[in-house]
Amino acid sequence: MNELAAVREEALGKVAEAEDLATLENLRVAYLGKKGALTGVLKSLGKLPPEERPAAGAAVNAAKEEVQAALEARREALQGAALEAQLAAEAVDITLPGRQGARGGRHPHAVTMARIVEIFRQAGYAVASGPEVESDYYNFEALNIPAHHPARAMHDTFYLEGREEQAAGDPRWPRLLRTHTSPVQARIMENTQPPIRIICPGKVYRVDSDVTHTPMFHQVEGLVVGEGISMAHLKGTVIEFLRVFFNADDLAVRFRPSYFPFTEPSAAVDVECVHCRGDGCRVCSHTGWLEVMGCGVVHPNVLEMSGIDSERFSGFAFGFGPDRLSMLYYGVDDLRLFYENDLRFLAQFA
Amino acid sequence: MKVSEGWLRAWANPAADSEALEKQFSMAGLEVDGVEGAAPAFSGVVVGEVTAVAPHPDADKLKVCTVADGEGTQQVVCGAPNVTVGMKAPYAKVGAVLPEGFKIKKAKLRGVESFGMLCGPDELGLSEERYGLMELPASLPTGADFREALDLNDTIFDIDLTPNRGDCLSVRGLARELAVLNRVEFCAEPCPPVAPTIDDTFPVTVTAPEACPRYLGRVIKGVDVSRPTPDWMAERLRRLGLRSIDPVVDITNYVMLELGQPMHAFDLHRLSQGIEVRLARPGDTLALLDGSEVSPAEDTLLICDGAGPVALAGIMGGERSGIHAEGEARTQDIFLECAYFSPLAIAGRARRFGLFTDASQRYERGVDFALQAAATERATALLLEICGGEAGPISGFEAKAALPQRLPITLRSARIDALLGTAIPQDTVEDVLTRLACTVVGEGSGTERSWTVTPPSFRFDLEREADLIEEVARIYGYDNLEVALPPAALTLPREDDGVVPASAFTAALLGLGAQEIITYSFIDSAWAEAFCPGVGLLPLANPLSPELAVLRPSLLPGLVKTWQHNRNRQAVGAQLFEIGTCFEAGENGAVVETPRVAGLLTGPRVPEQWSAGGDTLDFFDAKGWVEALLGLTFDGNSFTFEAGEHAALHPTRRALVKRGDTVVGAVGALSPSLAQQLDVSGQVYVFELALAPLAARVVPQHQGLSRFPAVRRDLALDVPKTVAAGAVLATAKAAAGALGKTVRLFDVYEGKGVEEGRKSLALALTFQAPDRTLGDEEVEGAIAQVREALAKDFDARQR
Repeated sequence: MNELAAVREEALGKVAEAEDLATLENLRVAYLGKKGALTGVLKSLGKLPPEERPAAGAAVNAAKEEVQAALEARREALQGAALEAQLAAEAVDITLPGRQGARGGRHPHAVTMARIVEIFRQAGYAVASGPEVESDYYNFEALNIPAHHPARAMHDTFYLEGREEQAAGDPRWPRLLRTHTSPVQARIMENTQPPIRIICPGKVYRVDSDVTHTPMFHQVEGLVVGEGISMAHLKGTVIEFLRVFFNADDLAVRFRPSYFPFTEPSAAVDVECVHCRGDGCRVCSHTGWLEVMGCGVVHPNVLEMSGIDSERFSGFAFGFGPDRLSMLYYGVDDLRLFYENDLRFLAQFA
Repeated sequence: MKVSEGWLRAWANPAADSEALEKQFSMAGLEVDGVEGAAPAFSGVVVGEVTAVAPHPDADKLKVCTVADGEGTQQVVCGAPNVTVGMKAPYAKVGAVLPEGFKIKKAKLRGVESFGMLCGPDELGLSEERYGLMELPASLPTGADFREALDLNDTIFDIDLTPNRGDCLSVRGLARELAVLNRVEFCAEPCPPVAPTIDDTFPVTVTAPEACPRYLGRVIKGVDVSRPTPDWMAERLRRLGLRSIDPVVDITNYVMLELGQPMHAFDLHRLSQGIEVRLARPGDTLALLDGSEVSPAEDTLLICDGAGPVALAGIMGGERSGIHAEGEARTQDIFLECAYFSPLAIAGRARRFGLFTDASQRYERGVDFALQAAATERATALLLEICGGEAGPISGFEAKAALPQRLPITLRSARIDALLGTAIPQDTVEDVLTRLACTVVGEGSGTERSWTVTPPSFRFDLEREADLIEEVARIYGYDNLEVALPPAALTLPREDDGVVPASAFTAALLGLGAQEIITYSFIDSAWAEAFCPGVGLLPLANPLSPELAVLRPSLLPGLVKTWQHNRNRQAVGAQLFEIGTCFEAGENGAVVETPRVAGLLTGPRVPEQWSAGGDTLDFFDAKGWVEALLGLTFDGNSFTFEAGEHAALHPTRRALVKRGDTVVGAVGALSPSLAQQLDVSGQVYVFELALAPLAARVVPQHQGLSRFPAVRRDLALDVPKTVAAGAVLATAKAAAGALGKTVRLFDVYEGKGVEEGRKSLALALTFQAPDRTLGDEEVEGAIAQVREALAKDFDARQR
């Protein structure tokens, strides 16, 4: 049995030294295969006397199992190492920047507009729109602003060329770029009986350009008409909206008497300065308040001109400039930047 | 309107302090825009009396003065030329702090010690002019605090009045508001009549009584216009922002500020024949006091004399007939005008001449039509007191029927409560309206209570019940009104599922990596012409600048301009879009507004980075964006891309996008000639689509999914270079028959290995049946049909 011991010794030694799976397989064949060395020893047992065979057989089988186990263990070790090596080879530098596609974004004014519209839609307001080139009638007359009304001086109006048509008595002239979204009110009321609950977002135009004025800007107009609608409802709605918009349920809001020919009573709405929370700063000119909105109870003349019974129905309207809200929200100090569309500017909000 | 607290308090003197008054004004709808002191901050200045003046031993221009300050005397070196013994002047003692923090210390001037400084008005921030010491009235007590002696601790409110409150363009009007808000007495200063001492009058005729229902005049003779305006008056004018000019002008200004009645004084001897108030006639011209010359339109009201126009009624006087305070031709006799002009006759006229005067501002908004006689008396009294002279009787013109009327308005208690959503006590209503000088007569009780309210002559804004309700709310305080949310039925919004909302286009473009922009709706007319020749443009009558002169007929100019702006600021590329309205002149004078979506692509497809890039955006990126938008309709097959004309696009790299026969828009490279003209370098790709024809969408209907495998076969062909790939794909799809599911073009190649004049196309076709696994024969049969059709139609050769 010296031979068995030698073969076993040799096999275990070679297995331990094997460096790859192919070598292991060769060793398995060389020792445990049909013509393998240990198999050979087993076959040679026939030459032994019968009484020695069981013990010798057991010894050979033990050696085979031992070699088999060594092969398995070595295989696992080699496979594990191979996997390790593969994983190591597959390593990426996770600090390299991710692959970038072109990346755009919404214009900040559009974001603000969409947000406002969504807030009101959730409360059941319908979205209405109207033309940007308006007639004098809808922009002024139907809103209780007759010709020569001093309030017209508050609207520096862009007119379209076309004096001949005006002279020819065409009621569509003089044509102008709407100075507010309020004409949509008049157009809707002409065609709709209450209850009315609408929001009219859109572009408006005035002859003005400085750090806080652009000749084109956005406005959102709201109108609610129904039975029993009051100034208290106006206050409630405006306060609710501003608190939602500015994400502050304790935002102080105040109403000051103001003047719009199409509402009576009319109010200007101030919110506590969102920058300094009312302490006074540069943004609010040290007053602690920011004027953000105009509103009022719809003037009975306006209801009547649009064919709505002003004794039965009442309503309120409010209008405000999302551009100014964008400015406050994003801390922009020059309104004109929004319309320059410098990509470096826009990218800050995308 | 600027107003001083001191002047207001002479009319109504509530206990509230300056800060409280400011808030009260703002919260009553009279917005305080600014608050400032009557004088800048300074301290330690007293009324000094110069008791001796001696020459400076070492300087000709300096004098050594002895100044009494109430406690003793001090030696002060002074350089003012007008210093004299006995004069009183502001004296800044050692330790005083003058405006801008200038501290007064003991000093030595050319070797002579000086204890403090005698001041000029400029040094105290009271005037910009520099003329030496400020001479104070002898009546001021020596040693008195200078600020108190001149009431310089006064506060000036700058009030931004809304156009409906013309009645508050005066101290009287604002004081009345304070009195109402604070429930204190309103002390209207009486304007007692001045008895005439001469009989002279000047004839007045009015041929436009509707525009000028009342025109009062008074002759005052022998006035001495060389006398100075008294300090108290000049100072009140200064605090309200008016410069002192001459005593007559100052007095008319003073009465205007005090009572709200604009007045005008003519030099009687520069008027001929008589006054005629009439509308302008062709050929009328007038040189105004400010030196300008105007030719008023025929709806302009003029004050004329025998020689023609002498004033723009209610706006500004003319040069020819003005007061001359100096020189040989100094005015001696004056004709004082005090009129009521109808707001409609004045409104807008001043603006036409680029004028905005104190008078026009008041007349446009409405001057108290009951005020003319009283204002004339007030001005006369002041004139006689300051300039002397003899006053004639008040005479003139009055058309009572043409004067405004204050009609009674019915105000219902229940209506107040309903419109305000707040129960307002009935006695509050009565109190507020009565204090606002309305006549209030009540009837009924409880919810039936109502009042007949007649507004005062000075309130032009109270015409209907709603106006009175606002007054009640205003004085009651808006912040005291209830707060509630409106009741409404919980109806749900209706949405049209047959239309792609604009927000879906925005979302798709954002997903493609585009940046949204918003550009002005008005553009340069040259750009409009260049992009849209032949389109009816809509120019503005009053553009801000030539760059913003016509309404945009297309979104493309704005996109290209935006790219130009960014390229000039080192941007290497851009992927932009805008959704907005375009405008053009339609038939019969119509204005056509078309909402569109447009985009611009130029530069690298993806940002420069280590792992990708190098590719530049091209036509097919732009087309891909367009296809993505068309796909939102679930009806992409209804669109075609066809060759066609487009002035702004590259002739061989452009396509019109059509839906059926309707042209929806176009896509392509910016035309090279246009790019050169606009100085835009590099390949710029754009598209523009009208939203309305694009937006009609279908609701997708489910197609059953086959449980059987699809089979793919690739075809490599070459065809003449001129063959359109789209046609090849369409033919292949048709020829593949019912089993053909998709035809995809996965390679296009020309060059080495492909015959000159031909190109290679690689198509992948998939076949699938809903009910069985396809056999090779079926697929091969279909492929053979495709090959055959392509060979026949396009001379396609198998590769």
